[in-house]
Amino acid sequence: MKALSLCNLRKTYSKGFEALKGIDLTVEEGDFFALLGPNGAGKSTAIGIISSLVTASSGSVSVFGYDLNTERDLAKSCIGLVPQEVNFNQFDTAKSIVLNQAGYYGLPRKLALQRTEHCLKQMDLWDKRDTISRRLSGGMKRRVMIARAMVHAPRLLILDEPTAGVDIEIRRSMWKMMQEVNQQGTTIILTTHYLEEAESLCRNIAIIDEGRIVEHSDMASLLARLHIDHFILDLADPLTAAPIIDGCQIELVSDKVLNVAIPKEIGLNHLFNQLTAQNIQVMSLKNKTNRLEQLFMDLVTAK
Amino acid sequence: MNYSIAFKTIVKKEIYRFIRIWPQTLLPPAISTTLYFLIFGKLIGDRIGMINGASYMDYIVPGIIIMSVISHSYANVVSSLYSTKFQRNIEELLVAPVPNWIILSGYISGGIIRGLLVGIVVALISLLFSDFAVHNVTIALVTALLTATLFSLAGFINAILAESFDDISIIPNFVLTPLSYLGGVFYSVDMLPPIWQTLSMGNPILYMVNAFRYGLIGVSDIDIQLTVIITGGFIVTLVALCLYLLHKGIGIKN
Repeated sequence: MKALSLCNLRKTYSKGFEALKGIDLTVEEGDFFALLGPNGAGKSTAIGIISSLVTASSGSVSVFGYDLNTERDLAKSCIGLVPQEVNFNQFDTAKSIVLNQAGYYGLPRKLALQRTEHCLKQMDLWDKRDTISRRLSGGMKRRVMIARAMVHAPRLLILDEPTAGVDIEIRRSMWKMMQEVNQQGTTIILTTHYLEEAESLCRNIAIIDEGRIVEHSDMASLLARLHIDHFILDLADPLTAAPIIDGCQIELVSDKVLNVAIPKEIGLNHLFNQLTAQNIQVMSLKNKTNRLEQLFMDLVTAK
Repeated sequence: MNYSIAFKTIVKKEIYRFIRIWPQTLLPPAISTTLYFLIFGKLIGDRIGMINGASYMDYIVPGIIIMSVISHSYANVVSSLYSTKFQRNIEELLVAPVPNWIILSGYISGGIIRGLLVGIVVALISLLFSDFAVHNVTIALVTALLTATLFSLAGFINAILAESFDDISIIPNFVLTPLSYLGGVFYSVDMLPPIWQTLSMGNPILYMVNAFRYGLIGVSDIDIQLTVIITGGFIVTLVALCLYLLHKGIGIKN
């Protein structure tokens, strides 16, 4: 079943800016889906329309088969939104923020209290439930928003840059949490600027640029399209010039550091054999760029 | 979908908000009206004598109560709704399956409750200065309820259209306060020259003050039925306007 279906979705803002130019997109139930794009590409507008915060100029949105225009309540009940910026009342406690949201979704008081406790515990916030939210750390505020989005047990969870500005430890714990939520059957749509986040979490991906979907496929086949890998090699001994190896582009960054672009069909064994033959000893190796980042840049700059 | 739960949640949140900040919401009207009663009612009123058969103190009590109801029902909705817009937690309601009429009725109920609560506080204080007997409870309650509803709706529209905190103080300062003072709170329109009497008839607050005054002390310059029709007409018009603004997402959606 399709968790989300966008059909010819368009949005032109009042000053004439065309944010979405007729996008079509489908997300299957149970998917962990990445929606990527540069700043101003139209991601937030698309998410705003799906979550009823922005009015579409034309086109249709259906959530688990419910049309957002004609079956609004049913469609909205399926969605949980974690927005980019903190948007709760900073004078409320974490518990009342989540509990009120349960009320807006019509959960009876007893169930709302149970769900609130469950979600706050899942986000490791139960001990902070009575803390005024403006006193919480940035990471905790983000987790409050996730707990709030999940309190009505949505079938589709939309996370708009949920890990922006949080430290690595919290980011990793949020990744784990998102994976658990997805494994429990919740469909997740994730937008992020951390492309390694999308690469490691998501199974399918769409890239949006200038209001159009420029790529929509599964992550594996998208990454398979990358022909050239880029590596940084740290050498044991200094060089005065970059070595020459057929098929590879090699640049001497400093006397003991090489920047290597190597086509997939050549492979690392060939590279190392050639370097060894030239008496060059490699101490360590790392990817120059994230693979998805490379593809992303190729797609959004290929105009 | 159980809309009554969503409605109760909004109303409870609104009540909790103004109770939590009671030194800003409930205490100031108690102090300012005590001063009104002392200065206008006691010190100046003793020299004025009777108006339409009532002592000056008794005459101004209903006007001061309804003036408090007007300003606080308006202030509650405009400040609460604009704050939710400013902090963007209005989005909590917009993403949820809450119909516009529930959002509207929730906020309006909050405004009515605060307006009436402040009215009760002021009425209790007035008992320290005046010993009037309520003339018609039904008319007094209906007028207070309609007045609180009307000005809660006006506050809702102000909040929806406001783009800054300055915008939510313009109407109270430059429209509501002058209309209240010119609405016969402290005087009878019969005391005005004919041209000002005619102009005063265009002030809706005059009708509410007089209807409430009739309910409390049995004195009025205006026909009570006309008050109910005018206030009811304004309420219907403003409800329609609020629902239109919400439907179009004006001021709250992109």
